[in-house]
Amino acid sequence: MPRIVVDVMPKPEILDPQGKAIAGALPRIGLTGFAGVRQGKRFELTVDGEVTAEVLEQARHAATTLLSNPVIEDVTRVEVIEEDGQ
Amino acid sequence: MSAADIETPLIGGPQPVASNNDDSPLNGVTVGVVTFPGSLDDRDAVRAVRLAGGSAVQLWHGDHDLHEVDAVIIPGGFSYGDYLRAGAISRFAPLMEQIARAASGGPDALPVLGICNGFQVLTEAHLLPGSMIKNNHLHFICRDQRLRVENAETSWTSAYARDEEIVIPLKNQDGQFVADNRTLDELEGEGRVVFRYVDGNPNGSRRDIAGISNIAGNVVGLMPHPEHAVEAGFGPDSSARGEVGVRGGTDGLGIFTSVLKKLVG
Repeated sequence: MPRIVVDVMPKPEILDPQGKAIAGALPRIGLTGFAGVRQGKRFELTVDGEVTAEVLEQARHAATTLLSNPVIEDVTRVEVIEEDGQ
Repeated sequence: MSAADIETPLIGGPQPVASNNDDSPLNGVTVGVVTFPGSLDDRDAVRAVRLAGGSAVQLWHGDHDLHEVDAVIIPGGFSYGDYLRAGAISRFAPLMEQIARAASGGPDALPVLGICNGFQVLTEAHLLPGSMIKNNHLHFICRDQRLRVENAETSWTSAYARDEEIVIPLKNQDGQFVADNRTLDELEGEGRVVFRYVDGNPNGSRRDIAGISNIAGNVVGLMPHPEHAVEAGFGPDSSARGEVGVRGGTDGLGIFTSVLKKLVG
């Protein structure tokens, strides 16, 4: 079944405390090559049947109204994936 | 009044908790307290209303009817387990649509107070600006917190003097208030910063903001918990009014007497 992937990231100007904590943990496992980490969210909306323009529009609406809060987050991707993986 | 008089069911339909005093001008005045799946402090809010002299009605989030309550409190807790974002799913509860409609429309619109998770619900519902993200230190915090009441003209703060300080408990993980600078300037300029943290910012909130109101002043949200500082023996160990006994702080009671005073004119 096709899926619509929605990616949500904290806005660049918003401090991301979780990302910061992860960045602090990386050196503890010996990984020192990263200057920073930002943590976002990925949603997969499964569609029963064809992804019509209307369904895609609904996904975009969901992305901006429920899946993200525009005060603190940006929707960075709304994209259809047909098969498993990419 | 003893604790045994104030038994309330955990959840359920409207359960009026009547005031003891039959001659009170508050007779017939009811404050609704909303319960969502995951609400924790709904019964504490009911008690606070009762201790302030009012009558409380418990409201269920899935209901479509406000049962003619005169004010609404959205309590603290972890509605829907804070899934997605704190308050994000509760915002779309049927009762929230009724509350949003009744709360809009000027100074005489329905007074609504959001405490902690309730504040988060109000920002997600766009009844208040800004949002809450995880505390800057990433820890859950639980402590008695000193605040300054900077606007004593809202429906929920008239019992205080302007710039009066209070001590009430603060307990949350997603308590860092954020908004863009334009919004923050607007809030400051319009006197809508209702509560500000004093003696240190506990969570990184922009400009030490602990609570705000809408333009009309009927909708107020704050992260700390006034309903946990309403009864001697069960409150904080300190008060901004001077020394109190162990758990003797009742600085939060004014929030609830404020709205009752507003409702009886």
